Amino acid sequence: MALPNKPVGELKAVRDPEVEEREVDVLIVGGGMAASGAAFEAQKWMSDDQSVLLVDKAALERSGAVAQGLSAINTYIGDNSPEDYVRMVRNDLMGIVREDLIFDLGCHVDDSVHLFEEWGLPIWKKSEEGKTLDGKKGQKMGTLKAGATPVRTGKWQIMINGESYKRIVAEAAKLAIGEENVLERVFIVELLLDANKENQIAGAVGFSVRENKVYIIKCKTMLVACGGAVNIYQPRSVGEGKGRAWYPVWNSGSTYTLCMKVGAELSMMENRFTPARFKDGYGPVGAWFLLFKAKTLNGLGENFAASDAAKKELESYAPYGTAAITPTCLRNHLMLFEMKEGRGPIIMDTVSALAELGKTMDKKELKHLESEAWEDFLDMTCGQANLWCATNTEPEKKNSEVMPTEPYLLGSHSGCCGLWTSGPDYDWVPDAYKIKADNGKIYNRMTTVNGLFTAGDGVGCSGHKFSSGSHAEGRIAVKEMVRYAKDHADYSPAISQSADELVDIVYKPVRTYLEHCAYTTADDVNPNYIKPNGMMYRMMKAGHEYGAGTATFYQTTSKNLEIVMDLLATMREDNEKLAASDLHELMRSWEIQHRIWTLESHLRHIQYRKETRYPGFYYQADYPGTDDENWFCFVNSKFDPKEQKWDIFKKDYIKIIPDA
Amino acid sequence: MPSFVIDEKCDGCKGGDKTACMYICPNDLMVLEPNVMKAYNQEPDQCWECFSCVKICPTQAIEVRGYSDFVPLGSSVMPMLGTEDIMWTCKFRNGTIKRFKFPIRTTPEGQANAYVDLKGNDLESGLLSTEEADGYTLPKPQATV
Repeated sequence: MALPNKPVGELKAVRDPEVEEREVDVLIVGGGMAASGAAFEAQKWMSDDQSVLLVDKAALERSGAVAQGLSAINTYIGDNSPEDYVRMVRNDLMGIVREDLIFDLGCHVDDSVHLFEEWGLPIWKKSEEGKTLDGKKGQKMGTLKAGATPVRTGKWQIMINGESYKRIVAEAAKLAIGEENVLERVFIVELLLDANKENQIAGAVGFSVRENKVYIIKCKTMLVACGGAVNIYQPRSVGEGKGRAWYPVWNSGSTYTLCMKVGAELSMMENRFTPARFKDGYGPVGAWFLLFKAKTLNGLGENFAASDAAKKELESYAPYGTAAITPTCLRNHLMLFEMKEGRGPIIMDTVSALAELGKTMDKKELKHLESEAWEDFLDMTCGQANLWCATNTEPEKKNSEVMPTEPYLLGSHSGCCGLWTSGPDYDWVPDAYKIKADNGKIYNRMTTVNGLFTAGDGVGCSGHKFSSGSHAEGRIAVKEMVRYAKDHADYSPAISQSADELVDIVYKPVRTYLEHCAYTTADDVNPNYIKPNGMMYRMMKAGHEYGAGTATFYQTTSKNLEIVMDLLATMREDNEKLAASDLHELMRSWEIQHRIWTLESHLRHIQYRKETRYPGFYYQADYPGTDDENWFCFVNSKFDPKEQKWDIFKKDYIKIIPDA
Repeated sequence: MPSFVIDEKCDGCKGGDKTACMYICPNDLMVLEPNVMKAYNQEPDQCWECFSCVKICPTQAIEVRGYSDFVPLGSSVMPMLGTEDIMWTCKFRNGTIKRFKFPIRTTPEGQANAYVDLKGNDLESGLLSTEEADGYTLPKPQATV
């Protein structure tokens, strides 16, 4: 038998890959909802002499956060106003948000939803009698665009049959951009600045996960929309179950890392999201609260969220805590309080909720209700459905436990970390929210690097976009990119590194592996290198213990943050010794580097903000509670690629939309 | 709930132009072993249980088994993806079986209207292409602070 010091995997990596060089005007990096929105919109504005390319790490048909499907569209303005949308987001995120970006998104999101419906996404409608019609039955009421009434669960969400949501959106995206302009299974790992023009994006470098090939792509302008960051903290399930992340497990913080490493300014990276979900399976709870009107109980069977003690606690976070809808972090805060006081676990009372609904329903309606409950899982979290099956859980007969998850970083769901981007060039948008490009013009959603744009999870300070908003934001951004490319028609991107130098950077883990793998008898353990899997556990453990992970009920201190910063600095050094034996492992090697940079930026921001702005998401124990006097502001940071140094600073919050 | 491939049913998509599961897996987990022409999940602890491979497999060779660290054995959840609907069979550990059928799309596959002929006019405006075509007026905040 051969010794196991050989490469694993089916697609072996070689020392010297093929190199393919390309040049386009508009480059879209990513394949989820935002990138698909950009793909749909790009050609509508491009002139015949402009070119576009979309590069996706996976296959567009099932990439990004909506790969599995969704059971609702969480942002549809409909009869509401964009002003109220701003107020909702502002309250949920404890006051500090970019109201220009949120209002702007609120003006466009419905157009994307109308397109989804036209493309074939089944959207539930209300009949004249107020009954729910799903699938093709809903079409009888006409389209949303023509004024049909959607089925709302709460003020902003609408229900859909969304198993094929991403397939439908990807289909339109591919048709619109042209199949020949889509490159799948290519992972972009570093962005490249221009050799001659200061602070100007010039291209990107990546590799195929299917063949030994490095891509060097020059561009005039680029959209980076690769989602948020998942599995940067040790998850609650650490065996096979660590794949059962709440957000897509393949979101590796690439959006943040790619952009920060070329000097793009980050904002609110201290913000995180630790959603309370059905324990272990991480199935959604929204429909249970909003559609089925279920309540959560503590271990004593008490509706703790309605107690006088809970009300008093929420009052200490007024006006957010006392608003009609309690901010997501504070709902977690109340839940964690029960658990820490010994009154856990937290139980979703599905039994009582369904019994209550059953009182006014006939048999057929009840059967449909049961089906809706299962569809909620099967459309977006199939594994939760299996967990119910495996534990013999029928929700009308047996309750389920709810638990806050490990931390996630994202900018499109109920979180708001990301890049600092320009607002639109309208008269009502404050100048401080407009980023001037080199030509003095303003380009909506451009980062602080000329020509570099982002959308979806990438845009900071404006959460609650969700799937529909991310799609619309990709469209907004790409129109501005086409405009940017037109205004910079004479710009010819120049890269300072040679192709050989770039290949050496991208294929470094492969070269390290090949150089050293024969030294030991089994290739996973070798003093000359570290495999990405080992590095992943190292990063997770550090964040878990020192960086406000689940180990400490999301609590950290200044001293703990000092320690974790040292650990991260060493990890960044050791990243130079990552080793990959096949193309899949090369992908993992780059993902872990992106994750480590993202985690570091997150913790640097937590360290800088001397208050606890999001109780329930994290606690800085040396600075408990909110401190509006000193910290009612954004925290922004910038990594200087030349000096290799971080700068972190406050940025003024400007209120635009008055309270209701 | 990592996916697994049933040896007897997998033919490596010999007749197709691509290995379906390998093509679709968003996390690059499914790979083809070219000598025996069969696929496998190369990193089960990174499986999001999104069922993309299960749904796309032309020979129904892929299923999922609950995560060993918290899911008891004995259950299964199996989809059958059609052009208009998806059928789910959910088998409980105690033998209970529930079947559900949900709509997935209202238009024929491949025929989403991508407005390929639509060209925007005003690149300087804040309007998206279809908004411009519809004559949409961009709202402004009614009042600002």
